Amino acid sequence: MTVTALPDTDPPKRGWYRRNEIAVTPWLFLAPAILFFSVYVIIPIFQSFSISLYDWDGLGEADYIGLGNYAELMNDRAFEVSLWNNLKWLVCYLLAIPAGLFIALFLNQTVTGIRIYKSLFFFPFVLSQVVVGLVFAWFYLPNEGLLSNMLALVGLGPVNVLGDPKLATYGIILAGLWPQTAYCMILYLTGLNAVDPEQVEAARLDGAKGWRMLWYVIIPQLKPATFIAFVVTIIGALRSFDLISIMTNGGPFGQTRVLSFYMFEKALSEYGFRMGYGAAIAVVLFLIMLIFIAYFLWSMYREEKGGH
Amino acid sequence: MRSTLKASGLALTAALAASSAFAQDSSLSGDLKIFLDTSNPAPRATMEAMIERFGEMHPDLNIETTVIDREAYKTQIRNFLTADAPDVATWYAANRMRPYVEAGLFEDVSDLWAEPAIAENLASTKSAMTIDGKQWGVPYTYYQWGVYYRKDLYDQFGLTEPATFDEMKSNCQTLLDNGVKCYTIGTKFLWTAGGWFDYLNLRTHGYDFHMEMAAGEVPWTDDRVRQTFANWRELIDMGAYVDNHQNYSWQEALPFMVNGDAAAYLMGNFAVAPLREAGLSDDQLDFYQFPAINPDVALAEDAPTDTFHIPSNATNKDAARAFLRFVVSAEEQSIINNGENLGQLPVNASASIDDDKFLEQGFAMLSSNSPGGVAQFFDRDFPAEMAAEAMQGFQEFMVIPDNLDDILARLEQVRERVYK
Repeated sequence: MTVTALPDTDPPKRGWYRRNEIAVTPWLFLAPAILFFSVYVIIPIFQSFSISLYDWDGLGEADYIGLGNYAELMNDRAFEVSLWNNLKWLVCYLLAIPAGLFIALFLNQTVTGIRIYKSLFFFPFVLSQVVVGLVFAWFYLPNEGLLSNMLALVGLGPVNVLGDPKLATYGIILAGLWPQTAYCMILYLTGLNAVDPEQVEAARLDGAKGWRMLWYVIIPQLKPATFIAFVVTIIGALRSFDLISIMTNGGPFGQTRVLSFYMFEKALSEYGFRMGYGAAIAVVLFLIMLIFIAYFLWSMYREEKGGH
Repeated sequence: MRSTLKASGLALTAALAASSAFAQDSSLSGDLKIFLDTSNPAPRATMEAMIERFGEMHPDLNIETTVIDREAYKTQIRNFLTADAPDVATWYAANRMRPYVEAGLFEDVSDLWAEPAIAENLASTKSAMTIDGKQWGVPYTYYQWGVYYRKDLYDQFGLTEPATFDEMKSNCQTLLDNGVKCYTIGTKFLWTAGGWFDYLNLRTHGYDFHMEMAAGEVPWTDDRVRQTFANWRELIDMGAYVDNHQNYSWQEALPFMVNGDAAAYLMGNFAVAPLREAGLSDDQLDFYQFPAINPDVALAEDAPTDTFHIPSNATNKDAARAFLRFVVSAEEQSIINNGENLGQLPVNASASIDDDKFLEQGFAMLSSNSPGGVAQFFDRDFPAEMAAEAMQGFQEFMVIPDNLDDILARLEQVRERVYK
């Protein structure tokens, strides 16, 4: 009779955690982030959806009115103006990307004191948006402002940029482009450090220079920087709140509002407190952002797959 | 057994507290939390000194004062009234307090108004504190509105204080012919235009019509409303107002008057202090009541009132009531409203008015030459939402008067929704 060495059917006691360590640990590390992200981001999104179905002043009883707030938005001209302004912001703000790229190319050289020049160009991004807004508001002042005085030198009449309903939004966007360009510049400067000198050398041997060199050799290598610049600029355009608040307060007669500002005015400002209506605007803004968020996530996902 | 003892003990203390409140003695104790929106330096110091005097009278009372930025207060009040209520809070009279009254967040203080000391001396502001036949707080200061003007400029061009709309326009024409704008105004934050609408409407159709509008009973497209705007348009078409006013806050519009580019300012009495600080002497600066437009209409004025309230969720309501009594007493009213402090009008009829020509003129105007009534201000009389849309419309009208039909149609839409 031989005793075959059977495998030990009763392995040494191991705790539940030890047995599942590999599966559980990542979730443990993620837990704080997931908790706070859901409490402060995910849940409020759904709350906004549900509040947008009510007529509520934030104090008394909330009346369920279904899609009433959205129906009202359809006929609200102030909302329409805000929506168009948001679009203007999105389109014009993207100018920061090429502008930032060209300043970066210009500064990407070795000259004595180049670091100082780079810092000076980056300076506007360090300034608070409030300061930028104030400085530009003074610059635009109809009589005393620098702009009007400069125009007077070349014989042009004074313009009241921020008081003119047609120009005001562009005036604010220009103020926003100043720091945003600096931001894109710094992204491209770091990107340019990573450009492969051998490829540039090879291209040069093949006779590429100037625009062709830029377009076919440099810019493709700057793709990661362009992607980040695109992301931060889109986000910057959609949360353009402080400049508007400082420079025009949404005026003249509401012509420079964007969705975020309009939402604030309707729900949280001195005369607001239509929580449901504000939430409905927030939902619309969220849906617009969702388009971009989905695109960013999709391209990041594609990037990761390509990496494998 | 123990718990019944405890309960009766509590009842006893409550009874004691109630009786001590009636006796108005100095046995107040516990904590008294006061929230103030008087964040500007002078009002802040005034309020803090006043609270200190109250504290000296009640040494056992632990007073905790919180001063919140005046603008931030307007949104924070909604949070702290529901969540962490103080015992006393500042706010504004009339429609501005209605949301909190209707939400049950302000304590009914009609009992205070029944006390002879208050009933007899504060009668003039009682209506502004009354909603549904009850009083919801006490006023602590108010101030007149009117036209502050450069007397030296008027003298230079041989002008006198106008009493009628025609005189007002002819004065204005003289000033314009001499390269001086008639009125400075800064409409960036919209409410200043509300003051002009108030006065033009009060003078064209009177107090009762104005209040019917505030109550939503008159369509914005009504011909009478159009009449008010037609009067306004006469001034706009003359070029009476400074250019580009949509860019300026009310403070940024002051230099036009200080530099002599504009001759007058329709404003509240708070404009006097910065004008004096900017170097205008009392010989250069003077005040007149907004002139009559329709001679058949009784004159009525704007006089915004600032108030103290007890939140319903307050914990030390006896001390809070004692504080409210203290604030409106003739003695305190004389002190806090004098020229060194708030520089405004006391709400207590027995208080003394400071020796200041603007306060004296304002007091005389409000007490004897305002038979039509006293309004609060556009954004305090009209519901917040209506006021916000309307003031934006006023600004648009002042910049592009041709848009009037469009503006009125829009306001009418809002009216139909707000007062449904």
